[in-house]
Amino acid sequence: MKTPFGRKTLLIAAGILVAALLAWLIMSQGPLAPVKVTVAKVEQGPLVASTFGIGTIEARRSYALGPTFASRVARVHVDQGDVVKAGQLLAELDPVDLEDRVASGRLAAERAASTVRAAEAQLVEAQSRAKLAVAAAKRSTELRAQGFVSQEAADAKGHEANAAKAAADATNAQLVAARRDHERVLADAAGVGKLRAQARLVSPVDGVVSARLVEPGTTIVAGQAVVQIIDPTSLWIKARIDQGQAGGVRVGQPAVVVLRSDAKRTWPGQVQRVDWVSDAVTEERVVNVGFTARPETLSVGELVEVTIHTADLANVRSVPAAAVKRLERQDGVWQVIDGRVTFRPVKVGITTLDGRSQILDGLSTGDEVVVHSEQAMKPDAKIKVVPAIVRANP
Amino acid sequence: MINLAGRDILHGWGKFVFTGVGLGLLIGVTLSMAGIYRGMVDDAQVLLENGGADLWVVQRDTLGPYAEPSSVRDDVYRSLLGIRGVAAAGNVTYLTMQVKHERGDVRVMLVGFEPKQPGEPAYLVAGRPITKSHYEAIADVKTGLRLGERVQIRRHEYTVVGLTRRMVSSGGDPMIFVPLKDAQEVQFLRDNDALINERARTAANPAFNRPGVPGLLEAVQASQASSHNVNVVMLRLTQDADTTTVAGEIRRWKHLEAYTRAEMDEILVAKLIATSAKQIFMFLVILSVVSGAIVAFIIYTMTQNKVREIAVLKLIGARNRTIAAMILQQALGLGAIGFIVGKTAATLWAPIFPKYVLLLPGDAMRGAALVMAICALASVVAIRAALRVDPAEAIGG
Repeated sequence: MKTPFGRKTLLIAAGILVAALLAWLIMSQGPLAPVKVTVAKVEQGPLVASTFGIGTIEARRSYALGPTFASRVARVHVDQGDVVKAGQLLAELDPVDLEDRVASGRLAAERAASTVRAAEAQLVEAQSRAKLAVAAAKRSTELRAQGFVSQEAADAKGHEANAAKAAADATNAQLVAARRDHERVLADAAGVGKLRAQARLVSPVDGVVSARLVEPGTTIVAGQAVVQIIDPTSLWIKARIDQGQAGGVRVGQPAVVVLRSDAKRTWPGQVQRVDWVSDAVTEERVVNVGFTARPETLSVGELVEVTIHTADLANVRSVPAAAVKRLERQDGVWQVIDGRVTFRPVKVGITTLDGRSQILDGLSTGDEVVVHSEQAMKPDAKIKVVPAIVRANP
Repeated sequence: MINLAGRDILHGWGKFVFTGVGLGLLIGVTLSMAGIYRGMVDDAQVLLENGGADLWVVQRDTLGPYAEPSSVRDDVYRSLLGIRGVAAAGNVTYLTMQVKHERGDVRVMLVGFEPKQPGEPAYLVAGRPITKSHYEAIADVKTGLRLGERVQIRRHEYTVVGLTRRMVSSGGDPMIFVPLKDAQEVQFLRDNDALINERARTAANPAFNRPGVPGLLEAVQASQASSHNVNVVMLRLTQDADTTTVAGEIRRWKHLEAYTRAEMDEILVAKLIATSAKQIFMFLVILSVVSGAIVAFIIYTMTQNKVREIAVLKLIGARNRTIAAMILQQALGLGAIGFIVGKTAATLWAPIFPKYVLLLPGDAMRGAALVMAICALASVVAIRAALRVDPAEAIGG
């Protein structure tokens, strides 16, 4: 049997085919194959710089109400969520002996008043006595001058008059002391009365009870909070921004807030305060963001994501952030020139949250740079530009 | 002189080619084995390469962070930055875990890194780098995650913003890169139930819940719920710094262990994958022996099948050299077909392997030489048998 080409021709053809397959394998799959990359051009246009942080909702004004002395809680009149008015009684503490001390103070004041009256009477008596003694001494002196009485008797009358005046002075001093004593006792009584008033915890503001921390019967120390009141109109966000990204944040910048409980919606906000003190441990800066339109329900302590719009750049050059690589300890991009790549050091400005990096220096608009590559690039590597290295979602 | 080997092969070429293909598949397996070993070593290299670090600073007396657990405080980097020659320092955490996404779950190594610092993946194949400081992730293509997909890692959902390629742990698990603070939370913080239980436990401890000391319990609980540890601090050095000197400084004054690139390489290649490498080497040896034996058998059987023809050849005065050359050429041909088929098969099926298979051209060249040597050696038995054939068998028998 004879084939038109002969076995030999067939075999040679098969051999060439195999060799070609092998060559293709080596060129396309092996290390000699060009690196697949995607490229992008340097674009000129607007960029929006923003920064991102997470935080929690907090009350700007929160009041922890507690006694000023160690005490036992007698009654708590409100519970979490209650709306309270300024001056409303929220809790009472057990006054223990305060009532008795108030009564004791009152009695002591009465007693002091009596003492004052007694001293006044004594003063009247002493003054009268002194008056009499002075008159007698005067008369005795006149009689002595006429020689009716002895010198000794006249001296004795003089002495009596002096003693009576001194006694009147002493009584006067006693009266002053008694009056002071009365004032002191009155002040004491007032103090105990105020202390008694402290045992009643009243709300300093119109607000909402955010926490009821202790129950009746609990013994608490001075300063320990019994209930917590917040001003619901003062809710804002305490956002933590990485120090490395917090540089451009200023009061008044617009922000977008996403609540963890409702991640599909966004709420507008505004930076209201940038803390002067950064957290040294977490290396984050605290920024307070207020709502410009407030969600109906907010829970204090809820996690939120905040995106703060820090700057608008009108007309700058930019490349995708993935194009910026580090080589030999400097930032740069792989620029495509005639199918080969060279590393071009660049100066990078801001990087936006959606992944575009501003190019300050090193490239001009329209230059083509490598964005993604199948493997780490080497200088002068051969490349093959493909639309995408990883197939998009099927 | 006519080529006896070619004539003989043409006579029964189907059988010859099929035998060659069979041998080729065996060689393919051998080459793949070598490729797996090279792949393991390369994975380790890529793991080190990826961060772009010059020095790895880990807990003292550990081989961390890849070969042993290591934990250092995350503020250590500040004191390291103060050392002369250190240009940049990046905190990095590693945690192997199971991650759930829409189409099932996948075992990954979660890497926490600081953007723009050592530890960041060097290149992407799709998407963009992480720009937000929380809840964004870069995943390796091997995780099966796609751009824009949301993935649940412990308490939070992360958006995949970028994809990498060939970023795997020393165990072959693909990596997911997330911002450091998120990774710390994942690694060192407990789940909600554990947290609440722990709070109750602390509250039940009279030492931490003392009457008359308000705030103590809260303070203790807050301290339990925060973590400021990382696994390794990666350092990038300035151009003029000497790696060994800086490493020595760190060991001496910071009471931490510092590994240079070469030492890390040694740890990963010599210590971590040493057993696997030995195992693969054993397989390689066995496969080579088996391949050799099979080639010897095949050539021997082929020779036995044409004893009559060889006898005729001898009868008509063919020289021993001609006969030996025929058998040797056939054996070498078999080896060549086998190697081509094997190399092709290995190249084609390499991407399907779950672990990275790296086929080096050097390995292929050595393999080719080895195959040819084994074939030549194997043909010796057949040649001896052929030379002993009695020319009389051509007529008798």
